[in-house]
Amino acid sequence: MQILIVDDSTAMRKILRRIVETLGFKVVEAGHGIEAMQQLGSFPTTEVALVDWNMPEMNGLDFVKAVRANPLYEQTKLVMVTSETDPTKMARAMMAGADEFLMKPFTAEMLLDKLHLIGLTMPRVC
Amino acid sequence: MALDVQDFEFIRNFLLKRSAIVLDDEKRYLVETRLQPLAQSEGLANVRELVTKMQKTPVNGLHQKVVEAMTTHETTFFRDINPFNALRKSVLPELITARSSTQSLRIWCMACSTGQEPFSVAMLIREYFPQLQNWKISILATDLSMQVLKRAREGVFSQHEMNRGLPSTLMLKYFQRNGMNWQVNEDIRRMIVFQQLNLIEPWPLMPLSDVVFLRNVLIYFDVTTKKSILANVRRIMRPDGTLFLGGSENALAVDDSFKRLEIEQSSVYRLR
Repeated sequence: MQILIVDDSTAMRKILRRIVETLGFKVVEAGHGIEAMQQLGSFPTTEVALVDWNMPEMNGLDFVKAVRANPLYEQTKLVMVTSETDPTKMARAMMAGADEFLMKPFTAEMLLDKLHLIGLTMPRVC
Repeated sequence: MALDVQDFEFIRNFLLKRSAIVLDDEKRYLVETRLQPLAQSEGLANVRELVTKMQKTPVNGLHQKVVEAMTTHETTFFRDINPFNALRKSVLPELITARSSTQSLRIWCMACSTGQEPFSVAMLIREYFPQLQNWKISILATDLSMQVLKRAREGVFSQHEMNRGLPSTLMLKYFQRNGMNWQVNEDIRRMIVFQQLNLIEPWPLMPLSDVVFLRNVLIYFDVTTKKSILANVRRIMRPDGTLFLGGSENALAVDDSFKRLEIEQSSVYRLR
């Protein structure tokens, strides 16, 4: 099972990678939305993308819209992992097709909660 | 200064008598960790001085603060999710049929802590059961601690608490952002009555409940106290009522008037 981590911060990608690898997921990374679309093209069966909001090239909201515009990625769950907490903006992302929000800062437990909420079965119980 | 054996024994006996919390020998560190901040806020140097003050004064607000500091308030929205799936998919639909003539439901969340459990129940009812809009729905939420009840009544949660177990759609629908925190909308808050109740003291007269949540509470008590609490639960439950316990708790070993059913991967208890 594969997770795509989309964040322009290498430190944040590292943190997320460490958590989800512990849960047994394979990980691919992207530093912005355009790179993430390329990664999805290479790995179209990716189960979940963890997506930051503010990124160069293509931001998180535009990435969500692009993913939802392509029926090939219909099954891919999108979790926004972001410091964006303006309810109006969050609602916009949900309307565009995001499945869940995880507000930064977060703990591994909180990420796990969100993965459960989107109905993900963990490859390995930690 | 490390807590000596006599002081630990004093706290242990006090908690057992006052709130039936059982502390084993390994929990000495917990007493120190939880009571040191209280000692400091009372202007005392350490837990030893706090114990001395408790011994010298009659039972008062300080004693209550010690009970509150030693009580575990861990909770999250939709904690362990399965009981809420059982409530949504089976327990409530059955009750709606059974109570169609009275159009009234009573739910009791015991040891509700800061309120995430009763708020989860209220949101679930509002979200999935629009047909209950005109029913009389009573959600009672009780806890031993006045401090956590004050927080629960306000319905204000930190971002950290909002990140635990709460689906984002419900967060956006039923909460308002308030600075760095989030507050539950008033119409959800109004669905719940918060009251103080110490489960080991005599219970006031209560109307019978259709659903009782008593989750992750019994684990802190000895068998005699568990029996006494479950006997009280039996008395306030309707004959077809449903009891939810925590995932690691089991009523059968303590009180054989309950039977266990598996619903949505959750153990629920009903009277035989």
